[in-house]
Amino acid sequence: MTELSKIRNFSIVAHIDHGKSTLADRLIQSTGTVQDRDMKEQLLDAMDIERERGITIKANTVRIDYEADDGEHYVLNLIDTPGHVDFAYEVSRSMRAVEGSLLVVDSTQGVEAQTLANVYQAIDADHEIVPVLNKIDLPASECDRVAEQIEDVIGIDASDAIRVSAKTGIGIKETLEAIVTRLPAPTGERDAPLRAMLVDSWYDAYLGVIVLVRIMDGVLKKNDQIKMMQTGARYGVDRIGVFRPAMQVVDELGPGEIGFITASIKQVRDTKVGDTITHERKGAETALPGFKPSVPVVFCGLFPVDSSEFEDLRDAIEKLALNDASFSYEMETSAALGFGFRCGFLGLLHLEVIRDRIEREYNIDLITTAPSVVYHLFMKDGEMLELHNPADMPDLSKVDHLEEPRIKATILVPDDYLGDVLKLCQDRRGIQMDLSYAGSRAMVVYDLPLNEVVFDFYDRLKSVTKGYASFDYQMIGYREDNLVKMSVLVNDEPVDALSTMVHRDRAEQRGRAMCEKLKDLIPRHMFKIPIQAAIGGKVIARETLSALRKDVTAKCYGGDATRKRKLLDKQKAGKKKMRQFGRVEIPQEAFISALKMDD
Amino acid sequence: MDDWRNGGFGLYVHWPFCQAKCPYCDFNSHVVSRIDQSVWVKAYRTELRRIGDMLPDRLLNSIFFGGGTPSLMHPDTVAAVIETARDIWPFANDIEISLEANPGSVEAGRFAGYRDAGVNRISMGIQALNDEDLRRLGRIHSVSEARTAFDVARACFDRVSFDLIYARQGQTLEAWNHELSDALSMAIDHLSLYQLTIEDGTAFGDRYARGKLRDLPTDDNAADMYLATQDICDRHGLPGYEISNHARPGAESRHNQIYWRYGDYVGIGPGAHGRLTLNGKRHSTEALRAPGAWLESVEKGQGTLPFLALSQEDQVVEHMMMGMRLHEGLDMDRHMLLSGQSLSDSKLSMLQDLGMVERVGSRLRATANGRAVLNSVLRELLTD
Ligand SMILES: Nc1nc2c(ncn2[C@@H]2O[C@H](COP(=O)(O)OP(=O)(O)OP(=O)(O)O)[C@@H](O)[C@H]2O)c(=O)[nH]1
Ligand SMILES: C[S@@+](CC[C@H](N)C(=O)[O-])C[C@H]1O[C@@H](n2cnc3c(N)ncnc32)[C@H](O)[C@@H]1O
Ligand code: SF4
Ligand SMILES: [Mg+2]
Repeated sequence: MTELSKIRNFSIVAHIDHGKSTLADRLIQSTGTVQDRDMKEQLLDAMDIERERGITIKANTVRIDYEADDGEHYVLNLIDTPGHVDFAYEVSRSMRAVEGSLLVVDSTQGVEAQTLANVYQAIDADHEIVPVLNKIDLPASECDRVAEQIEDVIGIDASDAIRVSAKTGIGIKETLEAIVTRLPAPTGERDAPLRAMLVDSWYDAYLGVIVLVRIMDGVLKKNDQIKMMQTGARYGVDRIGVFRPAMQVVDELGPGEIGFITASIKQVRDTKVGDTITHERKGAETALPGFKPSVPVVFCGLFPVDSSEFEDLRDAIEKLALNDASFSYEMETSAALGFGFRCGFLGLLHLEVIRDRIEREYNIDLITTAPSVVYHLFMKDGEMLELHNPADMPDLSKVDHLEEPRIKATILVPDDYLGDVLKLCQDRRGIQMDLSYAGSRAMVVYDLPLNEVVFDFYDRLKSVTKGYASFDYQMIGYREDNLVKMSVLVNDEPVDALSTMVHRDRAEQRGRAMCEKLKDLIPRHMFKIPIQAAIGGKVIARETLSALRKDVTAKCYGGDATRKRKLLDKQKAGKKKMRQFGRVEIPQEAFISALKMDD
Repeated sequence: MDDWRNGGFGLYVHWPFCQAKCPYCDFNSHVVSRIDQSVWVKAYRTELRRIGDMLPDRLLNSIFFGGGTPSLMHPDTVAAVIETARDIWPFANDIEISLEANPGSVEAGRFAGYRDAGVNRISMGIQALNDEDLRRLGRIHSVSEARTAFDVARACFDRVSFDLIYARQGQTLEAWNHELSDALSMAIDHLSLYQLTIEDGTAFGDRYARGKLRDLPTDDNAADMYLATQDICDRHGLPGYEISNHARPGAESRHNQIYWRYGDYVGIGPGAHGRLTLNGKRHSTEALRAPGAWLESVEKGQGTLPFLALSQEDQVVEHMMMGMRLHEGLDMDRHMLLSGQSLSDSKLSMLQDLGMVERVGSRLRATANGRAVLNSVLRELLTD
């Protein structure tokens, strides 16, 4: 147990890639929490996919011991958070477990869209904020300018921002001191009934479900009988510990402390983040305010390429869902693709991450269908239906009107690219809400339909601004618009998995673009193939893929037989990765790539 | 009857050396400064005897010296191999003994020696009939040298074939038609006409991957050239009897037909492959590719890797893959015997409707259009 006044809890927040995880590395290392020989870059990004992409997906907690200049020993609990907008939910709930934030800003880049989004969340959570200007080792670093920008754009005092290089270690000592002197200690009553916030939970192959908790009041000990106040579930605590960052068992956790428990909980779904944990007997009367649950906003179908792998896919999805309560799934059948799942995600990166993990960790080749958002269908009989999949669009005569989700998008961009950004937003049916300047950077706020954004908006934004724009969004509600379902016919057969919802005014243009794309994506066959886009029965665009004319091995003698045979086998395997629609084979990547717009 | 008898029995001897490596070539060929031919004679003999012992009672239909550049072999080396083979197997009366030759002046001087050693057919790698393209193909001979070498060969042998590579960089249909007419006026009774293939691991392959191999004909242009080639050769009385091979009827390469008719063949030398029926079971054989390593393995007693028994499926696929290359087509009865089932009627009618294949008695033959996309046809026939 640590005295409250000697505890500091904080999250590290920043725009993506501004150096949160690297700063966490230095804090961990300079306090001797991890030995030098065990250090590696972005130590906390332990998942393969995090290491490969160089980004943080999952928030991570570490407990650090620090002897400050005042001679006192402090316990610091840091939470490294993800920067990508899809995982904003991880950040917001992490913030509820701590009292302060280190706001890291890359001093070569300045304030970006997620910097803003994170600051607003930190302010909402009543955090003390310590600005940290990172990457001062780089020649392009402009601390004064960035400090000024923080004051202008965000409106917080940056005069005592700490100047740091998380890479070389400059300013780390100052950061640690600021944590101790500038961040408040937690409050709480040791003698009050137990109230622990359930911050996060995940599945560990050895220990089962692990629950991350922040103790608000009371003391939690091994073998305690606990109760989840919202779900009512009861458990005996098997194990209590802290992360350093490896798990270390402790005897108890007191007020202000952050740690984990295990309690023979079977599924992550049995726990509810934001729930309050108390003792079964003499428990607390009132629960802590919970969190808003995360809602999936992007849906797509996942189908096994090899339809005999459906059960394996089910298994994989169930296992992943064990660990990630933010993604949803339900069985789906497609005339074209057979059995699969309709899955909901927090965003496109989240979708990609889950898809990659299924393919890699479970070795199942997947067909991913076009991502779609959730439409609200208002039926003539007054009923409201949620449409997760364009293929399920009911008979139009029964539909009164249709509403689509809209977002408020905030984009920060250097002046030079502003024109391109405005054009992109206009092209995606955006309505400008605000445009202001901070130095040579413009901040644009747009009201945009989510369906125009989920797919490739971010890629397009990056490409038109050469990577200089940053983007953040939040849902703002539903609005009616003139949307229609566009279907695609390949060799005169409808391919339901290629159906999309489009705005009526843009249908022709989208249809043409899609047919052209498909023409490039579908390999030539021994016969020519018409590709059409249609609304209802009306064809609005058409392309023809001409027949294959050359596909032969020129030389094949005795010595080549084995090799040429292997080549043929490989091609046969390639054929298996395609889906058969009538006589046409469509490669799996076509279902996504066909929708990308290069305009 | 053993299945291989449908195709015959041949011997392939691989000579792994060339004077220079051509940038498009992925054959097992190496450039070295010195070759001790006596070492090679000894190794070939040892290997031949070892494999000969496993295959008594066979009649040898053909021998093929392939490479690399077998015309770098000393005529005595060639003679020694032929003699050893004759000691082991009785030769068919009409045995064909071919040797691949490069069309340089040096090799031309050895042609008479090869004839005396027993060679009765030359296949010459002329590749192109204009100097600019020969240079681009990295060849070290000129057109006039090639023509001279070809004339010397004609004087020594009744049967002389030559190879050309087309669908080259910058080549138009007109230019190729023209070159082909030239070639046909030179040709005796056999021609091999290959579309340039960009092979991985070659200099062309690398250049292609880097986007630096410019002006290759598009697939559509290459297809036009292929179809025109079939037409022109037909009219000249040298119809295509295989995807890339043309002959006056009766003048086909017997050795290569053993491959396409899925017969048995012994493969001797670095990287050589074989197909051998032993105790009623068909096996594939393969040798180490590096010349030094191969010599060593022979010295240690075994110049091939362990033989692998071919599964039923392997045999069905190989038989089909090879047989469909031939104008005579695939023997569907034999397919039925090998696979235990006949080809799916719906597949066949589909391919027939598309004009890719035709049935001629009990044979299935790819049409000219079908041959141009044979890999697609095979994939269709082979996937269920
Ligand atoms: N030169 C320099 N590079 C740095 C510094 N801090 C971080 N980096 C580099 O910046 C990149 C991003 O660093 P991370 O620590 O992964 O950033 P992050 O904020 O955790 O990123 P996300 O978790 O994906 O949002 C890495 O290549 C780091 O090596 C610094 O002080 N100086
Ligand atoms: C084994 S090679 C060697 C013959 C001999 N060494 C020569 O080059 O003249 C047999 C033939 O294959 C053809 N060939 C080799 N590589 C080729 C390629 N990449 N594409 C098309 N034909 C090729 C050439 O026509 C060559 O003559
Ligand atoms: S094409 Fe002939 S000469 Fe050229 S490297 Fe290949 S085998 Fe040798
Ligand atoms: Mg990170």
